[in-house]
Amino acid sequence: MTSKIVTSETAGTSGGPMVKAENVHKSFGSAHILKGIDLEVAPKEVFCLIGPSGSGKSTFLRCINHLEKINAGRLSVDGELVGYREHNGKLYELRDREVAARRRDIGMVFQRFNLFPHMTAVENIMEAPIQVKGESKAAARERATKLLDRVGLADKAGNYPSQLSGGQQQRVAIARALAMEPKLMLFDEPTSALDPELVGDVLDVMKDLAADGMTMIVVTHEMGFAREVGDSLVFMDDGVVVESGHPREVLGNPQHERTKSFLSKVL
Amino acid sequence: MSVDVDKSAQPPADAPPPHPEPIKAIPVRHYGRWVAAVVVLALLALLVRAFASGNVNWDAIPQYLFNTDILKGLRNTLLITVLSMVIGVVGGVILAVMRQSKNPVTSSVAWFYVWFFRGTPVYVQLFLWFNLGLVFQYIDIMPIYKDEWSDFMTPFLCALLGLGLNEAAYMAEICRAGLNAVDEGQTEAAHALGMSHGKTLRRIVVPQAMRVIVPPTGNEVINMLKTSSLVIAVQYYDLLQAAQNVGRDSGVVVEMLILAAVWYLIATTVLSIGQYYLERYYARGSSRQLPLTPLQRAKARLAGGFNRSAGGAG
Repeated sequence: MTSKIVTSETAGTSGGPMVKAENVHKSFGSAHILKGIDLEVAPKEVFCLIGPSGSGKSTFLRCINHLEKINAGRLSVDGELVGYREHNGKLYELRDREVAARRRDIGMVFQRFNLFPHMTAVENIMEAPIQVKGESKAAARERATKLLDRVGLADKAGNYPSQLSGGQQQRVAIARALAMEPKLMLFDEPTSALDPELVGDVLDVMKDLAADGMTMIVVTHEMGFAREVGDSLVFMDDGVVVESGHPREVLGNPQHERTKSFLSKVL
Repeated sequence: MSVDVDKSAQPPADAPPPHPEPIKAIPVRHYGRWVAAVVVLALLALLVRAFASGNVNWDAIPQYLFNTDILKGLRNTLLITVLSMVIGVVGGVILAVMRQSKNPVTSSVAWFYVWFFRGTPVYVQLFLWFNLGLVFQYIDIMPIYKDEWSDFMTPFLCALLGLGLNEAAYMAEICRAGLNAVDEGQTEAAHALGMSHGKTLRRIVVPQAMRVIVPPTGNEVINMLKTSSLVIAVQYYDLLQAAQNVGRDSGVVVEMLILAAVWYLIATTVLSIGQYYLERYYARGSSRQLPLTPLQRAKARLAGGFNRSAGGAG
């Protein structure tokens, strides 16, 4: 696992922050989930989001690639607003095709893997480059094979997801997201659905990716990973950012009562 | 490889015997099963005897099996079945997508369509198509086509529209169930990769929905084959019509009805076999190992006969 996947141009082109959130609000009906999130993620940063369930961290992650629509505030990725185009001070909603085009550059890894069950591991990885980028089958297969090798699953190329363990499925899912050469990777509790002994393999792949300079936002309960790999950490509770800073500081010396009580339960 | 010396030094007498003696017990006797079997067989024998000794000219059946009129009727039955199903499937997919549309007009039109065509008997619908000439005297598609309705609405078209449009209502519900059965995470994953709505539907959702859609659709095809015998209502020359005509002309009415039943059975059997293989195709990825087809099983058994140590094929 030595070959580099992340090239320098995947680190962002705007020169500014990779993700910038200003006073982001999100409600589902009467439930107010995000109550004004402000944060910035720098290029090449590993940004960890922690907090109790229901605190809105997954929702915020899903807003970043427009799987959820925000109700108020501004959210931009690499200098471009998510879901809107701004022209003469007015916001225009993007068409489905434009939203899809923006998502190409943002990889996402889900808690439940969400591999396509009717395709083999290698076909799962080839699907988006062929269908979205119009890559040739041969080129897509070549890169998919390299990516599978990189996540340590070269021998599982022809297996269907149902024939793989949870940890193997999640590694294929990471390879599938990387095949689109994203500049930002979103991880939504990538190890929460795994048996404890399979978590390490997935975290190793993520550490590798971080070492290569990929910008990553990771919603996680793995405090060890956050401490070891993370560059920044945000503790969210009840839809607001309670505390943020370097992972070692926040985890080692929490300032807020809510952070302390949460960490005392999970550490 | 390491051997624990202490364990291997233990006296073997302490270890339990490797193969405990199998249990020997008197099995429960199921006398009721024997009695039921005898009764059923006796009734069957009586039924066969009644038919064999009845006033049926059995020789007429093989004699007319490949009669040209019968074969023409059979061909028409298969044709109307296939074409009606095509209309049904295409219409069903369109209606299912319309039902899920965010546009309230399209979704309520689809709802109304299903409500009407599922709520009235197909026999009545066929008659309605046949008699629509009372409402529309002429068909007039201004620049292209103009004709009297009765000339335009042939028995074939009546049968096709009657069966096909009715089938579309049922197929719509089947397709809707199939699309809903696919996990939402699949759509999200595809969207997150930058795939458009259309591509997501075509490449990710529909292939997975097929696993849910195919089995009931197979049933619908078999049902359609049999329901097509109702087209006698619109004077279409199908298998049943042919059998009745031949029977009337040759004085073998009941015999020809039995012959029609034989042909319907042959056709539905062939369709069932096709359905088995289609379901197997769409099950790929959903079970760890596909079950062997009967042909593969036969081959494996044959190979096993020659070489017992060989494992199962595949």
